[in-house]
Amino acid sequence: MDVLRGRAWVFGDNIDTDLLAPGHAMRKPLEELAKHTLEAIAPQFASNVKRGDFLVAGDGFGIGSSREQAAQALLHLGVAAVLAKSPARIFYRNALNLGLPVLRFADAREVRDGDDLELDLARSVVVNHSRGTTYPVEPIPPFLMDMVRDGGLIPHLHRRLDGTK
Amino acid sequence: MPRTLAEKILLRASGAESVQAGDIVIAKVDLAMMHDSGGPRRVAPYLQRLGAKVWDPDKVVVVTDHYVPAVDPESAAILKLTREWVRDNAISQFHDMQGICHVVLQEFGHLQPGMLVVGGDSHSPSGGAVGSFMVGVGATEMAGVLVTGEIWLRVPETIRVEWQGKLGQAVAAKDIMLFLCRQLGQNNDYRVVEYAGSAVDHMTMADRFVLCNMSAELGAKTGIVAPDQLTLDTIRAAGGSVAPDALQWRSDADARFERALTFDASQLAPQVAAPHSPANSDAVSELPGVRIDQAYIGACTGAKLEDLHAAAAVLGGRKVAPHVRLLIAPASARTTRLAAADGTLAKLTEAGAILLPTGCGACAGYGAGVLAEHEVCISSTARNFKGRMGHKASEVYLASPYTVAASAVVGRVADPRVFLN
Repeated sequence: MDVLRGRAWVFGDNIDTDLLAPGHAMRKPLEELAKHTLEAIAPQFASNVKRGDFLVAGDGFGIGSSREQAAQALLHLGVAAVLAKSPARIFYRNALNLGLPVLRFADAREVRDGDDLELDLARSVVVNHSRGTTYPVEPIPPFLMDMVRDGGLIPHLHRRLDGTK
Repeated sequence: MPRTLAEKILLRASGAESVQAGDIVIAKVDLAMMHDSGGPRRVAPYLQRLGAKVWDPDKVVVVTDHYVPAVDPESAAILKLTREWVRDNAISQFHDMQGICHVVLQEFGHLQPGMLVVGGDSHSPSGGAVGSFMVGVGATEMAGVLVTGEIWLRVPETIRVEWQGKLGQAVAAKDIMLFLCRQLGQNNDYRVVEYAGSAVDHMTMADRFVLCNMSAELGAKTGIVAPDQLTLDTIRAAGGSVAPDALQWRSDADARFERALTFDASQLAPQVAAPHSPANSDAVSELPGVRIDQAYIGACTGAKLEDLHAAAAVLGGRKVAPHVRLLIAPASARTTRLAAADGTLAKLTEAGAILLPTGCGACAGYGAGVLAEHEVCISSTARNFKGRMGHKASEVYLASPYTVAASAVVGRVADPRVFLN
């Protein structure tokens, strides 16, 4: 998973968890809920996002609720990683715990909707093939990256618990 | 070495030799709280997959508040699963339909100064009102805590916010927080906000709760108030126990704060946050009198007994405007009981308020009282994100219970001070 390539979906600041996982859909199964992801601001997102696409956003991505369906719906829709100027803390933890990479990306505002991006997790860079630019991203701390590589906290714990048996 | 309150609690909970802001520690959790939405229905499959049991059922509190009372077969199934999981996992501290989790935790004396608590809800910073360090987590993280009894945390920097002097009439802790959302913004990650100053010293526990609760809206890791005698008396009255040295849980006088801010409480006017952000706030006088369809008094942050008292002070002897529906969902069963006993509910309902069941209700769009397209609501809740309380094209203004009640009477966003002078 060290090099990922996909199209950018660009959003602004303070995309909250109610936009990502609307309350009215929270009692529904994930596949149903995910159809409503970002519907209030980008009605075409859930049906048009492709496996491997990136979500690029500004400050406070995922502010609000602790509902991890906000991250889970993005994973379900095939989003490969979130590149945000500053991710909100519970969202950040939830996403990594579910195996969805989230990286702090200072240059988020340089990216335009639809840009062809390549994320190199080992080198901690984003290459923008549409613009011929390379940006640094803040790496995920190694102890968390181990967890992300395992597929998230539950498979990671599974390995750890198996190891102690 | 001088330490902040947050550093002291994480030093104890991690067993490390020293900690300072920026360190990552693995800490032992003193208590884990979860509710019906993010709790058993989400963690049970994870525990099953791991073949693991709850590390210590006596350190777990479960509350039903998001889907109560059930409105359809889906919510009924979530509640049934919650009750069965609690029974099967021998969780003795289960509060079923007794109120909103953050309020219930304190009403039943579960929290103490110096504790490290995780809550499966983003308003978990509420626990800071009694001097606990309480952080919100998602369901997978909660499953990890339930299996290991531990969590990794980055030791936060502290922003110290002092409010000196006396809040004016009809000005409340909610106004402080809407003001701070505008001042500090919503992206204060890796920081704890510690509230102090003479205005905080003289606050009720309910108002301290609001300060800590809405630290979530600042994007902070949590909020906290150092305990005082009122804290300890309140915990004891709730049936909780307090360690003899509980008052030691405070920042050292020479502790290093990332920022220290001081505000004059007497200068603060009632605040209103316009759609769609708590940070989109201003003094009520700066807002044109927006016509409202609904006024909502609810949620952990806005419908405790003291909040109902505030609303009743405005509404007593008055009537809700004919075109407005005023909905009140008390934050806990205890709140309803006490407000019935002291005559508050009679005042509210005589003014035209409609009482709704206790629970999270319309705050997050889960329960009764949601909005239709283009409807406008003023609400004592904590968040007014787009679509949160109903239709994506509805609009929510946030304000204190005083301001919500005054607006219900006028039919437009209104300054409550004219009703109390």
